[in-house]
Amino acid sequence: MEKLTFEFFGGAPVNATRAPALVGVVGSGNLEVLIEPAELGGACAVEILTAARGFGATWKAVLDDFFTRHKLADVRIAINDVGATPAVVALRLDQAVEDFLGGGA
Amino acid sequence: MSSYYEASARERLHALFDRGSFHEFLPPSERVVSPHLVQLDTPAAFDDGVIVGRATLDGRPVLVAAQEGGFMGGAVGEVHGAKLVGLLERARDEKPAAVLLLVESGGVRLHEANAGLIGVSEIMRAVLALRSEGVPVVVLDGGQFGCFGGMGIVARLCDAIVMSEEGRLGLSGPEVIETTCGVEEFDSRDRALVWRTVGGKHRYLLGEADAIVADDISAFRAAAIHLLDTKPDLSLEALTAEHERLGARIEKFGALRDALDIWSALGVEKPENLPLLEADAFRAAVDGKRA
Amino acid sequence: MDAKILLSRLFPTGFDVDFDGQFFHGTGESARGKVAIVGSVDAAPIGVELAFRMAGDVLTVVRDHPDRPILLLVDTQGQRLSRRDELLGINGYMAHLAKCLQLARNRGHRIVGLVYSEAVSGGFLASSLLADRCHALPEAQVRVMNLPAMSRITKIPLERLEELSTSSPVFAPGVMNYLQMGAVHSLWEGDLSQRLAESLDAPAEGDVRREWGEERGGRKLARPVAERVRHAAG
Repeated sequence: MEKLTFEFFGGAPVNATRAPALVGVVGSGNLEVLIEPAELGGACAVEILTAARGFGATWKAVLDDFFTRHKLADVRIAINDVGATPAVVALRLDQAVEDFLGGGA
Repeated sequence: MSSYYEASARERLHALFDRGSFHEFLPPSERVVSPHLVQLDTPAAFDDGVIVGRATLDGRPVLVAAQEGGFMGGAVGEVHGAKLVGLLERARDEKPAAVLLLVESGGVRLHEANAGLIGVSEIMRAVLALRSEGVPVVVLDGGQFGCFGGMGIVARLCDAIVMSEEGRLGLSGPEVIETTCGVEEFDSRDRALVWRTVGGKHRYLLGEADAIVADDISAFRAAAIHLLDTKPDLSLEALTAEHERLGARIEKFGALRDALDIWSALGVEKPENLPLLEADAFRAAVDGKRA
Repeated sequence: MDAKILLSRLFPTGFDVDFDGQFFHGTGESARGKVAIVGSVDAAPIGVELAFRMAGDVLTVVRDHPDRPILLLVDTQGQRLSRRDELLGINGYMAHLAKCLQLARNRGHRIVGLVYSEAVSGGFLASSLLADRCHALPEAQVRVMNLPAMSRITKIPLERLEELSTSSPVFAPGVMNYLQMGAVHSLWEGDLSQRLAESLDAPAEGDVRREWGEERGGRKLARPVAERVRHAAG
């Protein structure tokens, strides 16, 4: 397993009372994404625990794209991954944001 | 139609209970994960593969749990088991209309085998203690991974079971039997054989499943509502009657080799046609023939 | 230990037990009066017939001998693995046995389990683990699965499992692991009839195994997690 962390800055803070959201399942070729508000001084922090080692650059590329689409701040994203493809990761991240922002405050 | 089989545990919970009524205890943001998996370099899940909480069903308060088969086959580890036990004990305090268990599990999680086995034993005791206090426990079984191992025993400890044809219920899974005893004992790749041996239709015909429904979350919901008023009965009379039924089953069917033989012995005409029937047609075809 | 030797040590003042194949049942004279005995020998696989038979015995005790304690002496290699047992619903037969024991418990019968030889997986679940308190002889073998098989299925190297099993009780075979995790209350040594009397004197206290597991350091999460769910807000 490998643990990766990334931080992004320059996003718009989300309402701190928003309920956390979870999408996906920790199963082969899949991942779960937990997204929740957090006091991070304007950062969007991503923490990944992945069964597949050595894909740090790929994760960074997928997350760069994600942050371009969703400029979030004061948000923590936690991921448990079992070798999902970049396309599946991007899909789950988008679903997580949709659930998170679409759900009740 | 919304497939129960294809849905995740979370999707099932949100679609099955009254809209917006589900509230989770120890949600993923609490990160109550299995420390044992991480020790073995295996990814953990934030809910440890089981979601527990409260909801209303047709306006009535219920406590609910849903196992996620996609995570380690829904297998029971220390945290997973403790969440189920805590929910069942909470029901002893709160006395909801019922507890609903959306089971999907291969049984004990081998990465934490001892903790899982003991956890299943505690779930068994907790179900029995709860039923002894008059709160019914209803099982829904229609997920991709079925309900096997210790959870198969747990399911049969409960008041009622709702299954789809796709649901499976047993103790040792077909793969386990094939691996241990050989393919001639149980060919786990013979899907027709697997489904007629451990699938919903056979369980319904034996009288183990109380309802058989189409693979549709709303059908599971309707069946669960119907079973909310089940009254737990662990009296000597009830268990003596169960004992007689189980004894008769061994006597009548104990020498038969295949589900088709059992269905035939039950008086079903053309038993070979049963696997082809949709839930409604199936129920009609076996009306009055169940053991 | 051979079952007859075991019985003579548990009941030095006398017992009356019938053996029929791998099943045995009867009564023993303890310091606290007559005890009903239900058990098996030769690492019996628990299939539909054996579970059914044990359940029948429990029902008879409940019907005819109110308050008589029940001693489970089950030697099992696990559930019987066969397509025919699955076809008949073996899990339902085990559940039936569990319900019958619950009925006995609800009516005030004490239920004591003693693993005197082997207790494995589903066979353990369907027998000694259903007792108020499960005890074991020090030489008893208790497990879900041996480590080589576990390694094959989980794809975790055997060396890693062996290494970790020296520090963690959580997955490896061994009665000491089950003792540490609270599933086995105590190991019985010395005067077994005395151990039995002590066990019959113990208070009926519900299922407190996770408290023992926490106190003994073998299962630190089960109790607090269950407690949190039980008392969570909302």
